[in-house]
Amino acid sequence: MRMQLRTLGRALWLALAGLFAAPARGVLLPEDRADLLYHYYNGGGTRVNGPALLVRKGFGERVSAYASYFIDDVSCASIDVVTTASPFKEKRKEYGGGVDYLYRNTTVGVSALRSDEPDYVNNTFGATVAHDVLDGLTTISLGYSESRADVGKARTDFADHANRYQYKLGVSQVVTKSLLMNLNYEATLDDGYLQSPYRSARLLGLSVPEVYPRTRDSYAVAFGLVKGLGANDGQLKASAHLRYRYFWDNWNIRAHTVELGYASRIDDRWLVEPRYRYYRQSAASFYADNFTTQMVFMARDRELSDFSNNALGVKASYQLFNQRFNLSRVTLNVDYEFIRYSYNNFTDVRTGQLYVYNANVLQLFLSGWF
Amino acid sequence: MRRRLLLSVVAAIWLGGCGTEPWVKPYERGWLADPLMSVSRDPLSDKYLQHVHDVREGARGATVAEGGGCGCN
Repeated sequence: MRMQLRTLGRALWLALAGLFAAPARGVLLPEDRADLLYHYYNGGGTRVNGPALLVRKGFGERVSAYASYFIDDVSCASIDVVTTASPFKEKRKEYGGGVDYLYRNTTVGVSALRSDEPDYVNNTFGATVAHDVLDGLTTISLGYSESRADVGKARTDFADHANRYQYKLGVSQVVTKSLLMNLNYEATLDDGYLQSPYRSARLLGLSVPEVYPRTRDSYAVAFGLVKGLGANDGQLKASAHLRYRYFWDNWNIRAHTVELGYASRIDDRWLVEPRYRYYRQSAASFYADNFTTQMVFMARDRELSDFSNNALGVKASYQLFNQRFNLSRVTLNVDYEFIRYSYNNFTDVRTGQLYVYNANVLQLFLSGWF
Repeated sequence: MRRRLLLSVVAAIWLGGCGTEPWVKPYERGWLADPLMSVSRDPLSDKYLQHVHDVREGARGATVAEGGGCGCN
């Protein structure tokens, strides 16, 4: 399967290279924009917060570049940590950048991302090609990225590595003047050390080291719709969003994700968007809450267990001003999401009950277009 | 064989596109450019939320945003 994917990837790149000769249409580069964001997560004994920044700027008519910076200040006393280790604090820093180049009706982009934690350093390089056909009504996009991570364990000399290869294919289709449809496929191939060096499995109630396979192949297909609703003086009043994703991998996890959103323009300044997200997955074949016999692969990571979560969120955007200080507009935004995680086969060993927890996710951000 | 088939399909879409009249004319695309029609209206915010979900779920990929790091459990 891995070889087939690499062959498929090469064939698609070759095919898209040929599309460069197509006649010019109206493909656009992303808008010039800056976002300054503060994020806060609190749930299951873990608190993560910090700032983030993203600036994107065009250079001439053909080139657009971006730079991003992201910090996670983590204070972790999750169930895994309090039942098997000591609470800890750490900081994750992420630096990203990329350039997009527009040629006729095709954009080509390259990007790089570095994520730095005391015990996990990850470097990712990616490339994308997007091409318009059918007079701009259809956009086909291809993406490839490769990550290399160095995995360590605090206060030990443990060192290993993990590699990730991602292949992406997307089609976006204008169906009518107020209906957009998109289809995305992604294959993610991992190899190396894919588990956490801190977590343990349970064998007849005793803690034993987790052992994961050193490869994982996973696939996801997503289908999305965006429908514009109502019009006031020629401007849309609202839009409805629907997205469904099916995921499967060779660890035997199957997952469904459904997302619904409704974005509404209250007046010239206010935009409000309530949303709902449902997620459900089955367990990995080598997951058990409490093993009764020694196995080759053993995991008790609740992310690999049978569980579901429900999330309710709302985003509100307020336009502070437009056409001032060399900025075309500036918005102030607040986004809140409540998530409830319910595990069907992961016991909270402190209570003997199945584990359930709630999380609150808050974002406050300022966006400016220039 | 598979490669040739794929190339043919992509080429057929492309060549077919050259001869097709657009069913949504350029002057009818005002609403499509409205931020309300964007799949990812706020890229930084969407990327953060995706990261929040990714590090706590087994599934990954085919999303509108990308992230990094291993996340805290």
